[in-house]
Amino acid sequence: MSLTAADVAEIMRLVEQSTFDELTLELDGIKLCLRRGAAMASPSPAPALVVSSEPTSVVTTEPAAPARALDPNIRDVTSPLLGTFYRTPKPGAPPFVEVGATVDEGTIVAIVEVMKLMNTVRAGVRGTVTEILACDGALVEYNETLLRIRRTD
Amino acid sequence: MPIRHILIANRGEIAARIIRSCRSLGIRTTLAVSEADRDSVPARMADRAVCVGPARPSDSYLNISAIVHATLGVQADAIHPGYGFLSERAAFAHACEKEGIVFIGPTAAQIEAVGDKLRARAEAQAADVPVVPGGPVTSIEEAMDMGRTICAPLLVKAVGGGGGRGMKLVERVEDLREAIELAAAEASAAFGDARVYLERFVASGRHVEVQVLGDGEGRVIHLGERDCSVQRRYQKLVEETPAPNLREPLRRGLHAAAVRFAQRLSYRGAGTVEFLVDRANDAFYFLEMNARIQVEHPVTEAVSGIDLVAEQIAIAEGRGLRHGQTDIDCIGWAIECRVNAEDPANEFRPSPGTVIESSWPEDEGIRVDTHIATGSRVPPFYDSLLGKIIAHGPDRATAIARLREAIGTTRLRGVATNLAFHSAVLADPEFCAGGVDTAFVNRLLGAKEAGGVRTHG
Repeated sequence: MSLTAADVAEIMRLVEQSTFDELTLELDGIKLCLRRGAAMASPSPAPALVVSSEPTSVVTTEPAAPARALDPNIRDVTSPLLGTFYRTPKPGAPPFVEVGATVDEGTIVAIVEVMKLMNTVRAGVRGTVTEILACDGALVEYNETLLRIRRTD
Repeated sequence: MPIRHILIANRGEIAARIIRSCRSLGIRTTLAVSEADRDSVPARMADRAVCVGPARPSDSYLNISAIVHATLGVQADAIHPGYGFLSERAAFAHACEKEGIVFIGPTAAQIEAVGDKLRARAEAQAADVPVVPGGPVTSIEEAMDMGRTICAPLLVKAVGGGGGRGMKLVERVEDLREAIELAAAEASAAFGDARVYLERFVASGRHVEVQVLGDGEGRVIHLGERDCSVQRRYQKLVEETPAPNLREPLRRGLHAAAVRFAQRLSYRGAGTVEFLVDRANDAFYFLEMNARIQVEHPVTEAVSGIDLVAEQIAIAEGRGLRHGQTDIDCIGWAIECRVNAEDPANEFRPSPGTVIESSWPEDEGIRVDTHIATGSRVPPFYDSLLGKIIAHGPDRATAIARLREAIGTTRLRGVATNLAFHSAVLADPEFCAGGVDTAFVNRLLGAKEAGGVRTHG
């Protein structure tokens, strides 16, 4: 099974007309993520379909999960386990990182909590955060891409 | 409390099977998958699949905190554990109880009661259910005394063992001392529990088990028995109901004993009480209770017309038993064969890989429970079950004929299978006569591993 451009356009149209804000569709070898409205890091008032940091309607079709960046200079930071993703060390505190933040290997970029156990997630590379894909407080799966970093070394 | 959303903490054919019942009940499903099963058929059948960890079972399907967290995260009301994996871990049932998640199965305390062999044996005795002569031994002297009383041949069993693991056959009482010492040392290393017990060895036994349902308040009904004597190294291969050539008083005795045992525990949910039927003296003995849905449950469903998974869910919802004993009417005969990705020509070695062609039978009286379609992968990390073919007919001969026909039309390429082995079983005169003992497969294979009892692990 595969998706044609026309299929994707049709799915986007349906999502736009629906009451849903987010659609994740996994088919044979394809993962399609649609998000209505703004990407988290770059809010935009228009109800355009936005995926990742692109400002206009964008669809990403990628090989089966976990989604991976194609650019070799981009590192995907993935979740080491299934749990709840937190961008801040505690409620109300500023996030560990924002898009554009400079990080090195040891920088803590997020927490994944499993049954009250906090697991820190580190950047793993020196670079700049380009995208934050997971939503604060959301359930993330094992090996799901949480954020992306462009290497600078 | 009605259950609206179930997280299924399992994989393979049983995951697909549970999803099917949930669909017909209008219950939403989330399947917990390992990374190796992201693209599996059940992952696509479920309303949602969440990846709980890497392929290794200890990191995913056995990871209690990941599975409980996933359940809370997707806001499911209940967990169905299937069979194997976490289905009989008291700690898991306990974690669910603590988090307010409905565990579709017995209570943690009941799992503990039947999980400990000695405890289960004591409960059986208390329920006036016969057990194999023997008992726990704490010293060599005690063992020698008991050995002389119950007579050789004897089995030395590890309390922590099961499924044929941690057992030693002792032909002469004089050899008992050495066997006990070795068994205790091995059991301590393998199971972290050095306790052993002695049992009289039944030379020619049949494995017959009784399906029960309990409401958790002391009401228990049975749905007849299943004969699972066609086993290789304690792995069941063919199961049928009713058990052929069983004297009617013995059959009724088995049913009543199973109900008494489950009643004593105020058992909740679906369970199976396993017995050893001694062919020499027509007696039966309690073996153990399995506190979960079993692989071979479809033969019972075929003859009774009852969806056991739906009953498990109803009991978990607190609706109790929806059938009285007199409502249970088993009609005809059903036989199941387990189609495994293993190579009978090569000591039944597992044969993982990709199924490049898959075609399952769709004939009259045939049910297939499987998660395998063309292109499905059979990962090396899990058991080798590809699917189960269940034949139902008005009588045993018809059921056998239908199953043979169905096996003949099944096409599976890309992995080795035991289909030819099943054809041989179903064509065997001894099997067709009915009532084989657990050594039947070894006789059929002409193997040297005679006696059916070996030491594993």
